[in-house]
Amino acid sequence: MGRPISVKALKGSRTFTANTLLALILGLPILAGVAGVILPAFGYLPALGGSEFTLGHFAELAGQPHILRSSLTGLVVGLATTGAAVAIVGTFLAGFAGTPAFSRIQHMVSPLLAVPHAAAAFALAFLVAPSGFLLRLVSPELTGFGRPPQWLVPNDPLALSMLVGLITKEVPFLFLIALAALPHLPLRQSRQLTAALGYGRLIGFLVSLWPALYRQLRLAVFAVLVYSVSVVDVAIILGPQLPATLPVRIAQWTADHDLGARFLASAAALLQLAVVLGAVAIWLLIERLGRFVVRKLTYSGRRLRNDAMPRFVSAFAMAGCAASIFLGITLLGLWSVAGLWPFPAALPAELTLQTWLRTLPPLWPALRTTIALALLSAALALFCAILLLHRNGAAERGGNVPRHRLLYLPLLLPEISFVFGLQILIISAGLKPAFWSVLAVHFLFALPYVLLSLSAPWRELDPRFERVAAGFGKSALRTLLTVRLPLLFRACLTAFAVGFSVSVSLYLPTLLIGAGRLTTIATEAVALSSGGDRRVIGVYALVQASLPFLAFLVASLGPQLLFRNRQAMRT
Amino acid sequence: MIGARKIVAAAMLAFGLAGEASAADAGNWNAVLAEAKGQTVYFNAWGGSENINAYIRWAGGEMKSRYGVDVVHVKLDDTAKAVATVVAEKAAGKNDGGAVDLVWINGENFAAMKREGLLFGPDWATKLPNWRYVDHETKPTVLRDFTIPTEGLESPWGGAKLVFFHDTARTRKADLPDSAKGLLTWAEANPGRFSYPQPPDFTGTSFLKQVLIELIDDKPKLQRPVDDATFAADAAPLFAYLDKLTPLLWRQGKAYPQNYPDMKQKLADGELDIIFAFNPAEASSAIANGELPDTVRSFVFSGGTLGNTHFLAIPYNATAKAGALLVADFLLSPEAQLRKQDPKVWGDPTVLSVAKLAAEDRSAFEKLDLGIATLKPDELGPALDEPHPDWMIRIEAEWIRRYGAAN
Repeated sequence: MGRPISVKALKGSRTFTANTLLALILGLPILAGVAGVILPAFGYLPALGGSEFTLGHFAELAGQPHILRSSLTGLVVGLATTGAAVAIVGTFLAGFAGTPAFSRIQHMVSPLLAVPHAAAAFALAFLVAPSGFLLRLVSPELTGFGRPPQWLVPNDPLALSMLVGLITKEVPFLFLIALAALPHLPLRQSRQLTAALGYGRLIGFLVSLWPALYRQLRLAVFAVLVYSVSVVDVAIILGPQLPATLPVRIAQWTADHDLGARFLASAAALLQLAVVLGAVAIWLLIERLGRFVVRKLTYSGRRLRNDAMPRFVSAFAMAGCAASIFLGITLLGLWSVAGLWPFPAALPAELTLQTWLRTLPPLWPALRTTIALALLSAALALFCAILLLHRNGAAERGGNVPRHRLLYLPLLLPEISFVFGLQILIISAGLKPAFWSVLAVHFLFALPYVLLSLSAPWRELDPRFERVAAGFGKSALRTLLTVRLPLLFRACLTAFAVGFSVSVSLYLPTLLIGAGRLTTIATEAVALSSGGDRRVIGVYALVQASLPFLAFLVASLGPQLLFRNRQAMRT
Repeated sequence: MIGARKIVAAAMLAFGLAGEASAADAGNWNAVLAEAKGQTVYFNAWGGSENINAYIRWAGGEMKSRYGVDVVHVKLDDTAKAVATVVAEKAAGKNDGGAVDLVWINGENFAAMKREGLLFGPDWATKLPNWRYVDHETKPTVLRDFTIPTEGLESPWGGAKLVFFHDTARTRKADLPDSAKGLLTWAEANPGRFSYPQPPDFTGTSFLKQVLIELIDDKPKLQRPVDDATFAADAAPLFAYLDKLTPLLWRQGKAYPQNYPDMKQKLADGELDIIFAFNPAEASSAIANGELPDTVRSFVFSGGTLGNTHFLAIPYNATAKAGALLVADFLLSPEAQLRKQDPKVWGDPTVLSVAKLAAEDRSAFEKLDLGIATLKPDELGPALDEPHPDWMIRIEAEWIRRYGAAN
């Protein structure tokens, strides 16, 4: 560091203020939201006529039919999703990290992250339903089915299709987080060492690298757990309906403008919080069990050379995630231009643009709202992220842990619990649900992801560029604007695209804070999911899935266009 | 809230009465026209069907160009939500400037709003200029909605009749059931090929009502509120029937279609063989849209199927009452009713008496091609009266208790 000491001291305090700012931006609304749920759950909400503390709403909740089963379904699905995703990603990394197959799958899986959950769920539903594409392919020739079989998929009571849908989306997420962590691990050396000692690839990775890697993944794993225990849109599309999972039922109660339902929904949102805490506690137990098993395996000295089968299965699962979503999205597109398409025809008899022509006029307003929200929230989040990273000192490699902890705060609480609380606060404050309040919530969710995707390139930029600029006597701000940001232009655009995708996929916050008055592609698509015409759903889901792709396309083409005259900047 | 209530009460005393923002009076139509200009009408209507949404968009466009009234369709998945909004506003003392101006409504929701005093009144529907064409002589359901007298608090919009559809390519006409009991026998022979939308979806609850009417020992009972003492015995035949039917349903009753459009998709996919709708022209309009094959046809039960009228109502605290009156009147006009009855648009039966219309409107109605799969008015069979709204509330709760969790 070629800087005077006093600046260092200053920087420490600056870091503090920036982190305080971050804490305020992320923490306050969330804590306020949770408070906004706790009070009405116990009957206190003057704006809606509740002024006495009572446990009656919990009694009412307990009296709701099948409430226990609704709660347990979400819990089990969340734990199973998390377990499966960790197992698939872990096994795949252990088996293939550093091989050519690895980079191929890496390129296949990365774009999946951009596909909104709801669109992916639709894609899957179109594939696996008894009248879906997979069965049409082999019917009636192989199966003998002239009619769809009586299989309860999706919406099966055991929530298996919901589980598959969630795994398909969470695997890419964990995988990309793991990819970011891999460079910090001595992969090649430990591979050589464990191979030399005669270990199989999987067990070698497990005893040498996995504990360190999992530590890096841990927060993301908890984010996946919390998300999948409390997910609403995927549960509506693929989940069971008799009864629906607890988050779905809460969403139904919150959408009910009946006063009584508000209190009931608050009590249920607290219950959901408890369910999530329960899931976290169970996962902590699973972690301990895992540690114990790894330790046992390490000390046993078992070499386990015959690991081809699990390796193959994990590669198949990774490729399957990618293939099913891509195939499903192609199908969404096909349905959107299909005429009559009866079972068991694998392809529609006629193609028509009628659905698009009919659907586009009503789709425009929702599309405009979606794009406006996504552009603004991504821009705000990018601006905030640059500010925070700049104030936190550029050259600090490794990053500091507490900051990352905070980042995950909006992801570590079930959104239905605190977003609903925010909605109640907004109503209590007498504010009308409006574009700006929805934008604020979108920003809240986009910021962590934008920060995450920008912080790694930010840290990895060679600090000597800025030293040279400082040597020329440029101010810190000038250096930021003329040196760092142009060098990080692509990274900034990518971070922006990430924020954009997050905003496009937000369903529940938009529904609740917008009070149903603000329709986006996400809310419309889910509203259509039960019983909408498949072709109309195809249009909406396709539009929703293509928006993030467009954003990433811009992010990758932008530098090429902007720096036409600077060869080295087109990276 | 007690404090707030006191304040509201005090304010009411101070100002004499709850403020009526406008004195929209259907009797003085010119004043209504003048007042409506520039208003925005929030029309709360079920938004689950694309052709209905398109029709409402068309009506909104006409309102804008003819009268300068903006119509915003607030798409509901359940009309009860609009009612709940007004209930919440009333509880909060918001007696004008409400969020709902016009609501598509019938039966249970109308009864609830009327009982709670949430409807704009007195009688405005019979003062609308286009009321003179309404057929209130031969369509008793125009004046009594689920046994509740309408008293001009809601304006008729369209007729509804429960009609079943099947695909002649798969199901022979001779095998079709002719009653609820026959349907059970048919389901035994064709397990998994029939289902109904999951209550509280109104198409699903209508099926339950159809069965209840056919099986109850004493039909006039249904015209009165539920008698708690005899409810269990009265509903016993219905639930005995459902206990037999449920394992024979699509997916053995472990899941249900979510609404009518969902059943339509499943008929097209070949998952269901018999579906039903509350609109005789649904199948024709689905064929015209390429959603169903052109081999689909309609049938009814010879003993009659449920029939009712659906309406438009204005909440007591609506912001744009004049605009809402104008929209309700326009939707009653021969032109709007004709377009609505066209299966290529919606296919919803008119509430007008064709005999009362001017010659050219009459011939337009008579020339209207109701579509290949639509039964003629004289083939629709007798209309069974809707039970008192009380019944459905009780039946629904009981249904959820018994069948709300699949095992």
